[in-house]
Amino acid sequence: MSYIQQKALIVKKEELAQGIFRYTLKNSELVSLSRAGQFVHILCGEKTLRRPISICSIDKENGVFDIVFSAKGEGTHWMSGQNKGDEYDVLGPLGNGFDTDIKGRVLLIGGGIGVPPMLCVASEILAPCDAILGFGSKDAVILEKDFKAVCSNVHITTDDGSFGRKGLVTDLLSEIADRQKYSVIYACGPAPMLKAVAMIAEKNKIKCCVSLEERMGCGVGACLVCACKTKHGNIEQFSHVCKDGPVFNAQEVVW
Amino acid sequence: MADMRVCIADVYMKNPVITASGTFGFGREYNEIYPIGCLGGISCKGTTLNEKSGNEPPRIIETHSGMLNSVGLQNPGVDHFLKEDLPWLKSQDVAVILNVAGSTVEEYCKIAQKVSDSDIDIIELNISCPNVKEGGVAFGTSANSVESITQQVKMHTKKPVMVKLSPNVTDIAEMARAAQSGGADAISLINTITGMRIDINTKRPFLKNNIGGLSGRAVFPVALRMVWQAANAVSVPVVGMGGIATAQDAIEMMLAGASAVQVGTANFTDAYAPVKIIQGIEKYLDDNGVCDVNDIVGQVKIW
Ligand SMILES: Cc1cc2nc3c(=O)[nH]c(=O)nc-3n(C[C@H](O)[C@H](O)[C@H](O)COP(=O)(O)OP(=O)(O)OC[C@H]3O[C@@H](n4cnc5c(N)ncnc54)[C@H](O)[C@@H]3O)c2cc1C
Ligand SMILES: Cc1cc2nc3c(=O)[nH]c(=O)nc-3n(C[C@H](O)[C@H](O)[C@H](O)COP(=O)(O)O)c2cc1C
Ligand code: FES
Repeated sequence: MSYIQQKALIVKKEELAQGIFRYTLKNSELVSLSRAGQFVHILCGEKTLRRPISICSIDKENGVFDIVFSAKGEGTHWMSGQNKGDEYDVLGPLGNGFDTDIKGRVLLIGGGIGVPPMLCVASEILAPCDAILGFGSKDAVILEKDFKAVCSNVHITTDDGSFGRKGLVTDLLSEIADRQKYSVIYACGPAPMLKAVAMIAEKNKIKCCVSLEERMGCGVGACLVCACKTKHGNIEQFSHVCKDGPVFNAQEVVW
Repeated sequence: MADMRVCIADVYMKNPVITASGTFGFGREYNEIYPIGCLGGISCKGTTLNEKSGNEPPRIIETHSGMLNSVGLQNPGVDHFLKEDLPWLKSQDVAVILNVAGSTVEEYCKIAQKVSDSDIDIIELNISCPNVKEGGVAFGTSANSVESITQQVKMHTKKPVMVKLSPNVTDIAEMARAAQSGGADAISLINTITGMRIDINTKRPFLKNNIGGLSGRAVFPVALRMVWQAANAVSVPVVGMGGIATAQDAIEMMLAGASAVQVGTANFTDAYAPVKIIQGIEKYLDDNGVCDVNDIVGQVKIW
């Protein structure tokens, strides 16, 4: 595991949906170290704490990577105020990432702002992938084309039914998991969604890995603030999302 | 080039910049970014006799120019430290300060005894952790207990003892004097200032522990004032910390009386903060024709 703290030049900025931004950042050294499921820790102006944002795509040839984030609080608003030609100060790549060396079929599940990191997995993985992507409504749907380019089947759900299937990703998951054999399910999204996905996976005896979120300080495993409870056999302990994760085997997570 | 070497409690360090306990682990994570051998010293994560799992998350929330934490001394225990971390740390050519915490005086003494013949350089007696129910700060807020715990720990170890003071007291000078009369070889301050934040939507405190310790730039003026008062009250070296993020902050601390400084929260904002601070102090000394860093300690010209 290796990471750096350096400047990354913003080469492209795009608003994918209301308040959801996609930035293309250039830093070949960071890109050469990155893999799917890892994140970068971004300095936001005068803020004390950096903001963790997942890597959404990696282009090793051009030394660029993409991030997609929702401008919700002060830090991410500052980020969305930066433009092409500006630089972010980034620490990364951080975390363990998803294992992309998989045999058999892979099911990727993303909910809301948990969708972007799954795109990176879909692109890096050689095995055939299907994806279920859940959003609030039609206006919030992002990256559909990108997923279609790298996945065999892409299913979209919206909470209000304004696009794709009405309902939750887990409704669709229960159906699909019956019909199709998957060697592994990878998921990222809000905790209740991940928990529900993990239950269905366990019921269907499919291996499942989830990407968790926790508030962070250092981002590298030194300060121990990003604790999440995990179990190993019968022993519960605190693991740390930034270093031991953000990707955990769903069976180890204490929900 | 100015001489940056300092000597704290008979331990030589190549410069006066030490990374603060709890913000730098045992050094390995930041060694990925730059060689930690360039630091004067490292104060390791607060270590207890037995492994400790820490508080429930969330354990951190940002505040204006700072942050609150409630880690609660999660650590693998002193035996693990001696076996797994210390040999590696020593090989990095950096002064190793072991931050020690306990819930009883006996526990503090036992750890002090365990590390007495080890390769650590200094024990930093953490009697100021605001995030554990028993112990920690309970020992740090009355002059009598500060003196008595320092005395007892000193009796159990050959290592120099640096007592880390809590800012959550009415008279910091009194605590500094108590540590000195207990036999402290140095004192360090400040630990975090207790604080709180509430999420107005859920009406719940952001931290699961409800309250936590405030650190970062917001605390700097408070820390500086306390370091100045403590340094004026004792003759042993004082190591200053609290909100130091730039060389200017570090120099202010030293002018106020700190013989060395510790850098904590600033590592989260900028992993290179300690390195930049070392370079900045060197430049200040050179620009001002000062040839020894020790010559600026306590040189504030009070009105
Ligand atoms: C491993 C990881 C990957 C992430 N990837 C993405 C991504 O690709 N796109 C995206 O939009 N968001 C992502 N997030 C969430 C993102 O970090 C938060 O939305 C962001 O930190 C909010 O900052 P703010 O200043 O806008 O909000 P504020 O609420 O003002 O932030 C206050 C503090 O809380 C922290 N915080 C708030 N919400 C979260 C959260 N959900 N997770 C962790 N810390 C939080 C902030 O970092 C900051 O320290 C990820 C989080 C983690 C842990
Ligand atoms: C996440 C975190 C964990 C900490 N853990 C410890 C600890 O284990 N022992 C200790 O003495 N101080 C601990 N501290 C306090 C720091 O060492 C330091 O005294 C304080 O943060 C003020 O300095 P700063 O503003 O530079 O961070 C911790 C601080 C933070 C932010
Ligand atoms: S954020 Fe510091 S250990 Fe995870």
